[in-house]
Amino acid sequence: MFFKKKKPLTGKKKDIPEGLWLKCKKCGEILYKKELDNNLWVCPKCGAHFRISSKIYINLLFDNGEIEELDVDMESIDPLGFPKYKDKLKNSKAKTSLKDGVISGKAFIGGFPVAFAITDFSFMGGSMGSVVGEKIARLIRFGREQRLPVIILTSSGGGARMQEGIFSLMQMAKTSAELALLSKEGIPYINILTHPTMAGVMASFASLGDIIIAEPEALLGFTGPRVIEQTIRQKLPPGFQRSEFLLEHGMIDMVVSRKEIREVLISLLRMFNYAGFKSRAS
Amino acid sequence: MSNLWLDFEKPINELENKINELIGIIGKEEELKKLRKEVDSVKKKVFSNLSRWQIVQLARHPKRPYTLDYVKRIFDDFMELHGDRTFRDDPAIVAGIGAIEGKTVILVGHEKGRDTKEKIKRNFGMPYPEGYRKALRIFKLAEKFNIPIITMIDTPGAYPGIEAEERGQSEAIARNLKEMATIKVPIIVFVTGEGGSGGALAIGVGDRIYMLEYSTYSVISPEGCASILWRDSKMAPKAAESLKITAKDLLSFGIIDDIVPEPLGGAHRDVSKMAETIKSKILKTIDELQSIPVSELINQRIDKFRKIGKYKEK
Repeated sequence: MFFKKKKPLTGKKKDIPEGLWLKCKKCGEILYKKELDNNLWVCPKCGAHFRISSKIYINLLFDNGEIEELDVDMESIDPLGFPKYKDKLKNSKAKTSLKDGVISGKAFIGGFPVAFAITDFSFMGGSMGSVVGEKIARLIRFGREQRLPVIILTSSGGGARMQEGIFSLMQMAKTSAELALLSKEGIPYINILTHPTMAGVMASFASLGDIIIAEPEALLGFTGPRVIEQTIRQKLPPGFQRSEFLLEHGMIDMVVSRKEIREVLISLLRMFNYAGFKSRAS
Repeated sequence: MSNLWLDFEKPINELENKINELIGIIGKEEELKKLRKEVDSVKKKVFSNLSRWQIVQLARHPKRPYTLDYVKRIFDDFMELHGDRTFRDDPAIVAGIGAIEGKTVILVGHEKGRDTKEKIKRNFGMPYPEGYRKALRIFKLAEKFNIPIITMIDTPGAYPGIEAEERGQSEAIARNLKEMATIKVPIIVFVTGEGGSGGALAIGVGDRIYMLEYSTYSVISPEGCASILWRDSKMAPKAAESLKITAKDLLSFGIIDDIVPEPLGGAHRDVSKMAETIKSKILKTIDELQSIPVSELINQRIDKFRKIGKYKEK
């Protein structure tokens, strides 16, 4: 006698890791996954923020959890013929059901229309190659043309994507140049920095917001801590390059729990609105 | 002295030493002539087929001319300007105002330093945030007085250290990228040696990007790439091939505007000649860029970077 085990139903909750229970990396508490999901993937005991996918962020930030996506069909090619890059892309696509490391589009938050982009760590570390750079640049241009506040959330530990070489490096200049034009039009630009945002992404569009918000304890910086340790041959101080460290050193405006980011954004947009900033009627 | 030369330069040096011994000796003129011919053909042979890794080594050559070596030879008059007006003067970036054949020019460049003491002072050409902030202050000065800007890139990268992070290395680089995009004067960029990632690009947004023949420009060092890919920095030569970081590569990608030819055997064999070539390139390019209306110049500059990237869309 034999029977097949029924496969568990997937689809809706695709982005939630396997298994029912999870251990908090910070406090060690064993957490029921459903409870964690209800708590926006913030540990109810210690407040640690679990890394979540771009899709979950979109769901929790925007009205109806919706975004009207732009440039959905853009995909990376392998401009240098770099070792194993094609395989990496293929695997990342399969693993994430994303086409590359960024989603961009128009969304509403508290009724305010915004141009929004989000990088996703699960796609090659959220690194910026030509696709991420181009989609971010187009999104900023879209914000300028539509007079929409631009909000970009980053989870990009990888910085510039090594596998696209100099093309990746130049995306830093490209995205920053678009921000220069946005800035001249007096359109608000807000960064939300999440764990981790480093190197080429941090040293370009992720550091240029009029307002910069970070999730608690996110690793944020230019050089990765391991490389710094190897260079200076010293242990790094506790909390180095974390959100609270950047706040203390004047690099960001505020540290905000994931559970409050939506409300903080709505308040900011309302204040820009009161101050006279108006989106183009759409 | 021997460690100042690269392995593949040795046959050239042996011949040049012989030549130096014979110079001025009566009766050796014929032999000298023959040797000179020979050294030229050896140089041509060695340099006609360099690997990317050999070019990396040339870009980092201990005798490679640095920004101040060029300044001395290119400018009729030059005054260095110091400090970011906020924290400190960073000697890894030099900046100043000068004149080239009656034209006032602003220069900003990395400076690695020649001897050990100077290298330490200049942090091997790896700037702190205040270096980039000094650069930006000087760019704004140039804009205010309508003076064209020359930048010279030669850095392993922005400095990876605790204080650099505390003072906002990322912010300093990002801000320069944004501000340089719309500076209202011509900006001419020369990659003279190592174009080390964000630390290079932070003074590298301009209207014309030129690379010296044996310079490199890369998102990551070949060693860094090799240790990520193959967990072995000794694989750097292979990484250099994969990353495609030479002037020829970048010209073929349409990322730079031109390659500045180096004297046979590399810039370090004839610094004056190299400086002369750069100088004429500067003068010619300034003329060209000053004939473009400022708003058009900025549009073109942004468009230039806006277009970089390879991807597919349905």
